[in-house]
Amino acid sequence: MAKGSGKKGSAMRGIGPFGRPSRVIPKESLRNLLEVLRLRGYTLIGPTVRDQAIVYDEISSPQELPIGWTDRQGPGTYRLERREDDAFFGFVVGPQSWKKFFFPPAQRLFQISRDGKEIHTTPDPVQTRKRALIGVRPCELRALAIQDRVFTGGAYVDGSYRRLREDVFILAVNCGEPAATCFCASLDTGPQVTDGFDLAITEVIEGTRHEFIVHVGSELGARVLEAVPSREATDADSATEREIVQRATRRMSRALERSQLKELLYRNYESPRWDQVAARCLSCANCTMVCPTCFCSTVEDVTDLSGDHAERRRLWDSCFTMDFSYIVGGSVRASTRARYRHWLTHKLATWQDQFGVIGCVGCGRCITWCPVGIDLTEEVAALRGRESPDGGSGAIQENHHDRTES
Amino acid sequence: MPGKRRPKLAVWKFASCDGCQLSLLDCEDELLDVAGALDIAYFPEATRSVQPGPYDLSLVEGSITTPHDAERIHQIRRDSRQLISIGACATAGGIQALRNFKDVREFTRIVYASPQYIETLRRSTPIAEHVRVDFELRGCPIAKHQLIEVISAFLNGRKPNVPTYSVCQECKRQGVVCVMVAHGTPCLGPVTQAGCGALCPSYHRGCYACFGPKETPNIPALSQWRRERLGASDLEILRSLRTFNAAAAEFERESIRHEHQNHPG
Repeated sequence: MAKGSGKKGSAMRGIGPFGRPSRVIPKESLRNLLEVLRLRGYTLIGPTVRDQAIVYDEISSPQELPIGWTDRQGPGTYRLERREDDAFFGFVVGPQSWKKFFFPPAQRLFQISRDGKEIHTTPDPVQTRKRALIGVRPCELRALAIQDRVFTGGAYVDGSYRRLREDVFILAVNCGEPAATCFCASLDTGPQVTDGFDLAITEVIEGTRHEFIVHVGSELGARVLEAVPSREATDADSATEREIVQRATRRMSRALERSQLKELLYRNYESPRWDQVAARCLSCANCTMVCPTCFCSTVEDVTDLSGDHAERRRLWDSCFTMDFSYIVGGSVRASTRARYRHWLTHKLATWQDQFGVIGCVGCGRCITWCPVGIDLTEEVAALRGRESPDGGSGAIQENHHDRTES
Repeated sequence: MPGKRRPKLAVWKFASCDGCQLSLLDCEDELLDVAGALDIAYFPEATRSVQPGPYDLSLVEGSITTPHDAERIHQIRRDSRQLISIGACATAGGIQALRNFKDVREFTRIVYASPQYIETLRRSTPIAEHVRVDFELRGCPIAKHQLIEVISAFLNGRKPNVPTYSVCQECKRQGVVCVMVAHGTPCLGPVTQAGCGALCPSYHRGCYACFGPKETPNIPALSQWRRERLGASDLEILRSLRTFNAAAAEFERESIRHEHQNHPG
């Protein structure tokens, strides 16, 4: 299984990062490719349309992919729209991330029962199966690599995560069109995959041409691809692919300036900007729930009426709740100001001290799925703007949001 | 629990629709366990057999709306070791707290032929405004699983797992697509306490705030977004907050603000 090694692979030209030539398959062969995976015992999980959004769920064929759909995104808004072509992957990322498959939103850890004086503990087995993730975006690969590091990288390994992460085949997709909320290019986390996949594809639609350029990222990926008729990619194909990815970069309207990011946040712990964002923030926790790297959980112990049975559950938690920082005497971060500041500072600054990378991959989910459209790139720009001699562009954006109801 | 005296349970009703105490009878799978663990000593909705107090656990449904009830709740408190108020009426005053925003005497004059016989209070108020309450269980109606959880916690001497964060967390854990962001449907989920299991959003409806304001809600920010981005009027925002939890402090404050904006001066 391919896993993010953290190091950058070679740029994809004619030769893929796994040292094999890139191949080209017609769109019809996507079905064969998925069939090969199914025959190898993989459950296919991929993007599919549900409730006017693109979610990740079990699929049985490429027909269940969001063919001909795209997502129009902005701060606090997401709409599906019809495309003019039949693209299989003509959208970006939706409300869910792949983390739900490896770090389940709710999970029973064990049960305890009392039988007279005897106490029995029954751990819940982690149900694993071979899973093929279809259509993982470059930013999402980086997010998986970050969560791998968080859950399995240190001295204390999360056994459940590790088991669920085993036997995972990754079919990654390079991005041709960013959403308005994307900013991966500024973080070097997209729009092109570098490593951490078994196969990576770029969808090419030009006039009547509809093909996939396929890169091999692992031995397993190579064996799967061998079972599907393909041709070798030409220099022209590589040029086409470069143009597709470069176009995505050019069209990306948002950016997160990385230089001195940690220092910026550490310097601005008492910035008045936190009060301004706190006036808008609902502390509803949506940003942390949709974030592909946020990893916090809480455990709760529950007894039944008799008191003879108890169980422990693990649930997704968020630093935006009062309970999250509750200790004797109350919550440490009682104000929304403190909670937003904690989230952003952890994501972009203390995360670096903790894990060596920033905790943001530029997918833009927290911007789109914030019910009031708070934009972390704007918040960082505003912090920078306050520091620059002329007040910077951030100050201009601030005024827009400073409007209060009379 | 053989050999042990079962704690005595009493279920009381004030101004309410009975829906919350019905939730207890609705606990079909757990009802026998409840009856096994607790001695149901006073529960007129379920049985005519009545035992005198004191009671170990009192569940109180409904709001205080009459001088008589304002007296009665004090006797119940004296008779109860632990008192848990259940439902939006008991925890926030209920839908009948809409009277709080008007002159209730005007209503009685319009509705009743002989309003002089109506003895009612100017405001409908939650139980906690009158006596000390050990725990407030929110909801209109309360969620069955939360009621069982609170009773289990009481029986086992532990803190109930009843989160006070937003409905959004339930939506996201369940994989429900956000109706506000993806469909433009007005939703009070981001300012409403979890507990219902995101019932309405999972049926593509906005949240109606049956469980009242969440911890540290920022309602003005949500209102501003609804007005500027979703095209809601002050009247629509006002009405969305004037429902089962209209008199919950944060909802009341925000709805009054929009009332003033809707009818300036």
